[in-house]
Amino acid sequence: MATVPQSNIMFWSPSLRQVKRIIKPLVFIASLMPFAWLLLEAFGTLGRGLGANPIEAIQDWFGIWALRFLLITLSISPLRHITGMVWLLQLRRMFGLFAFFYASIHFLNYLVLDKRFDFPAIIEDVLDRLFITLGAASLLLLIPLAITSTNGWRRRLGRRWQKLHYLIYPIGIMVCWHFFWQVKQDILEPLIYCLILAMLLGYRLWRRRPG
Amino acid sequence: MLIKKAPDIKPSEITSESNFMNRREFIHSAGLAGAAGLLATPSGAQDVPASAVPLPDISPSPLSTDEPPNSFEDITTYNNFYEFGTDKGDPGENSGKFKPRPWEVTIDGEAEITGTFSYEDIVGPHPLEERIYRLRCVEAWSMVIPWVGFPLGDLLQRYKPTSKARYVAFETIVRPSEMPGQRGFFGLDWPYVEGLRMDEAMHPLTIMAVGVYGVELPNPNGAPLRLIVPWKYGFKGIKSIVRISFTEKEPPTTWSLQAPSEYGFYANVNPTVDHPRWSQASERPIGAGLFAPRQTTLMFNGYGDQVASLYEGLDLRRNF
Repeated sequence: MATVPQSNIMFWSPSLRQVKRIIKPLVFIASLMPFAWLLLEAFGTLGRGLGANPIEAIQDWFGIWALRFLLITLSISPLRHITGMVWLLQLRRMFGLFAFFYASIHFLNYLVLDKRFDFPAIIEDVLDRLFITLGAASLLLLIPLAITSTNGWRRRLGRRWQKLHYLIYPIGIMVCWHFFWQVKQDILEPLIYCLILAMLLGYRLWRRRPG
Repeated sequence: MLIKKAPDIKPSEITSESNFMNRREFIHSAGLAGAAGLLATPSGAQDVPASAVPLPDISPSPLSTDEPPNSFEDITTYNNFYEFGTDKGDPGENSGKFKPRPWEVTIDGEAEITGTFSYEDIVGPHPLEERIYRLRCVEAWSMVIPWVGFPLGDLLQRYKPTSKARYVAFETIVRPSEMPGQRGFFGLDWPYVEGLRMDEAMHPLTIMAVGVYGVELPNPNGAPLRLIVPWKYGFKGIKSIVRISFTEKEPPTTWSLQAPSEYGFYANVNPTVDHPRWSQASERPIGAGLFAPRQTTLMFNGYGDQVASLYEGLDLRRNF
């Protein structure tokens, strides 16, 4: 295992108490902003704020925020290594749970508003359309990670906990793929997210390089 | 010589200066009100901006659907027009600089009369009709749009296509200075090109559209003239047309060049042939709100009675 290098640069290092009492609540509120923003848009102007196709707007909005929170979660560990800000680790679980939260709304919007519980159509989507298969698989795999994110589960699972949570890497790849395959032509935006994911995963490989 | 004194004009009969200055707007709103009564239902026309230029003498058509049309706002803010950007909000936001006049169209290929003609030459001779059509996008959403236009066949016949003319090809303008989507890296290959078989082009449902809701075509919708083929997916309706060519061979079409496994030359609306990445069995009606269900997609977008005979003997699964 690679050792954690201590950065030479002095970064702000809040106390455990400060993280718990100040930083975490602030980050929590900030992380809810995409949700609040969409509600304001939807109900503030009776849906008009979401444009001509509000269901699609909701779908895209929560999908992209789920991906963003997934990438934020994956960036915590490299950021900690690079900056030496170990306290960042205390935020990682919350970011991961927000990724799951937004992915769940993304799915619920598809299930309830778009498909209106049309299960035959949903099953056809999942079986026949690979980008939906990837999305469904990603969400399913996130469920055990969300459930076992508590301290209790972490203790109970011991070393297996880490193994289980390595699932986040294939999930990240599948989610980016899911995004990439659903666009019609303009691949620039998914490409940017794929590149960020590649950097985050590449950094981990690079740190584990032999010698 | 007897000079008669002009009769006294009552002050109430004099048009106030502000009304005089706003006469265009007045005529516009009066015309719209008239058109709205006779033509498209008034509710959606409410948001037609005063700056829109009304089109004269539009008659209703028996080929119109009686389904309620989408609002002018829906029609002009949710578009696929990659020349202005790939997001459906982009054409509405980025097309302000585009100048649809003066406009010229080149007509060439297998026809007796060819050359470059002004917009007025192209559109002028044709009486305008309102055609309220369903529009089904290949992305599985749909609208109802009160187009104004005239049968494409009437236009094509004026140029006397020869017996060699089996197809008609169309081309969109390339003007990167006014079309930001044509400057990006991830756009399509410009110009956008489309085509129809001659019998499809001559079909009475196929129109050249010059307006919507009684006013000149807004920029996001393909000003100043665009194709509408209501039984085909929306991408066949090529916008801002600058060239019409009569050809012997099937012309290349932009989306089938881009992704041949996903988009074909025919692109007939067909709920039984799915796009490789999504179902075409149903569609999301735009403007119906958050809680509206999807609609079942109809074969040939509901125009099967009129057009199914064009494709007798053609395998629509292979010729998608």
